[in-house]
Amino acid sequence: MIRFVFFRLLQSLIALLILSVVVFVLARATGDPLHMILPMSATEEDYANARRYLGLDRPYVEQYLSFVGRAALGDFGNSIRARRPVMELVRERLPNSLKLALFAMSVSLAMALPLGVMAAVKKGTGVDRVAQVVSVLGQSLPTFWVAIVLVEFVAGRWQWLPAGGSDSFASYVLPGFTLGWFVVAGLMRLLRSGMLEVLDSEYVKLARLKGVAEGRVVWVHALKNALIPVITFAGIYFAILVTTAIVVETVFAWPGLGRLAYDGITSRDFPVIQAVVLVTAVIVAVVNLCVDCLYALIDPRIRYAR
Amino acid sequence: MSRVLTLPDAEVQQQSSPRGRRAPVVSLAIISVFVLVGIFAPLLSPADPYEQTLRLRFRPPVWEERGSWAHPLGTDRLGRDVLTRIMWGSRISLAAGVLTVLLASAVGAAIGLVAGYYGGRIDAGLMRVTDATLSFPVILLALILAVTVGPSFTNVVIAIAVILWARYARVIRSQVLTLMELDFIAQARLAGAGGWRIITRHLLPNTLNTLVVLVTLQVGYVIIVEASLSFLGAGIPPPTPAWGSMIAEGRDVVTSAWWVSMFPGLAILLVVLAFNLLGDWLRDTLDPKLRQL
Repeated sequence: MIRFVFFRLLQSLIALLILSVVVFVLARATGDPLHMILPMSATEEDYANARRYLGLDRPYVEQYLSFVGRAALGDFGNSIRARRPVMELVRERLPNSLKLALFAMSVSLAMALPLGVMAAVKKGTGVDRVAQVVSVLGQSLPTFWVAIVLVEFVAGRWQWLPAGGSDSFASYVLPGFTLGWFVVAGLMRLLRSGMLEVLDSEYVKLARLKGVAEGRVVWVHALKNALIPVITFAGIYFAILVTTAIVVETVFAWPGLGRLAYDGITSRDFPVIQAVVLVTAVIVAVVNLCVDCLYALIDPRIRYAR
Repeated sequence: MSRVLTLPDAEVQQQSSPRGRRAPVVSLAIISVFVLVGIFAPLLSPADPYEQTLRLRFRPPVWEERGSWAHPLGTDRLGRDVLTRIMWGSRISLAAGVLTVLLASAVGAAIGLVAGYYGGRIDAGLMRVTDATLSFPVILLALILAVTVGPSFTNVVIAIAVILWARYARVIRSQVLTLMELDFIAQARLAGAGGWRIITRHLLPNTLNTLVVLVTLQVGYVIIVEASLSFLGAGIPPPTPAWGSMIAEGRDVVTSAWWVSMFPGLAILLVVLAFNLLGDWLRDTLDPKLRQL
């Protein structure tokens, strides 16, 4: 198990290193960052001084190493627009993003669990069809459009819920629902196919023969085992959630990382984008790592599969 | 199999759906309509997608009070015809979706085939890169590309494909591993077939079903990602009529001119839904093992 965790950790680190190279190369490929920093009236001499001051005259390898070194310590430089350390901005926004992700996860689980289980139990009936329609629809609706429609009707015309901000619990409902619904489909399908398999197995038949109540057979005996494959999906699921959150946060004016990234794009604030991308990638990597280790713990075959 | 193909239409449908799922005629029809409209947009569209007529800004759709048949779905902030822009937009969306998926599947399948066939170090190396790629959030990478290289159609396609190939590599590799255990590969080897020949003649044809299913299921996802990027201003830049940026343009005026953002959204919903339903059906028909994807 320790061997497995070690190699898995190494793998995440490699992934992050590749990403850091990509980010670094792209940052340098855009042309001289000084054009963004120095005023229009700057002379050749000003450029040379600034280049030396910022270390841009050093070899690329050296620059990259210092970039990674500082990034590892959480130093991404100053935001061009806000003129504050980028990490400060990230630290302010991160908790909001995590709270929203957590809420959206609960929403999608609250939808996917009953839908997936009922679709499997009542396979081929109207219930199954409805479950499929709800999940495929969620997957096919562009989240930002759903968000706009919800803001306009539920928050605007009918005034049932707040359209933006993160002050009260009510303000979680719309963004959480928009984000959660989008990822229901994958979860629900995995659950449905898992349940179908498990419901057909010997021990479920035995439980029924023993006279265990049907509800208990389905919701306890079967569901417990059908949930195992769902765990493997959790990593991908989380990555999709984080990515989609960028879009949803933008529409609902949610003060999270996504909104920060969006503001970064519109103002060409490169250090901010860099920080958001790397911080998000680290979070996704950590979640993936935990998921894989958890899965290896539950199912020992995984440890030796690679 | 060949007998089924010669049967009249109605019977083919019954034959090909043993579990009661009928061929997705509606999905196919929707996709065909959007493809045709996209291809023939210059001929079919009632107006010029870039022509601005400020006098006619925010005209409502035809069934509303001030609407007219000149602009069936209304006009936007610059007086451009919404229907025309949706028609031209289907070009962009479908082209982006299909191109990205083809690019990603070609690269991913090649890597999956090579990794699965050769195994050992090559496999280990390629799979590490694959796993690393799988953990990158797509939209984020596209954001960096957009900010650094500048948003454009090509960059969007590349940014999404750079991430998407990994899914294909993983699935195809695992299929190849199963295929390699079968007798016919061993026989082909005994007959003296080389690596290239086994990969292209024996392994690739046997993974095609899976590829077709994956490709169809992912076109919808890519269309949504592309629209999201355009919506965020990191995708296809205005004034090109892309559905995502049209929705973004209508966002601020959704209260007074709901049609500007509502119709492009409906277009996305229809196309993506059609691709997803078609993909679901293909998966159930061609490759039931893939049901969880």
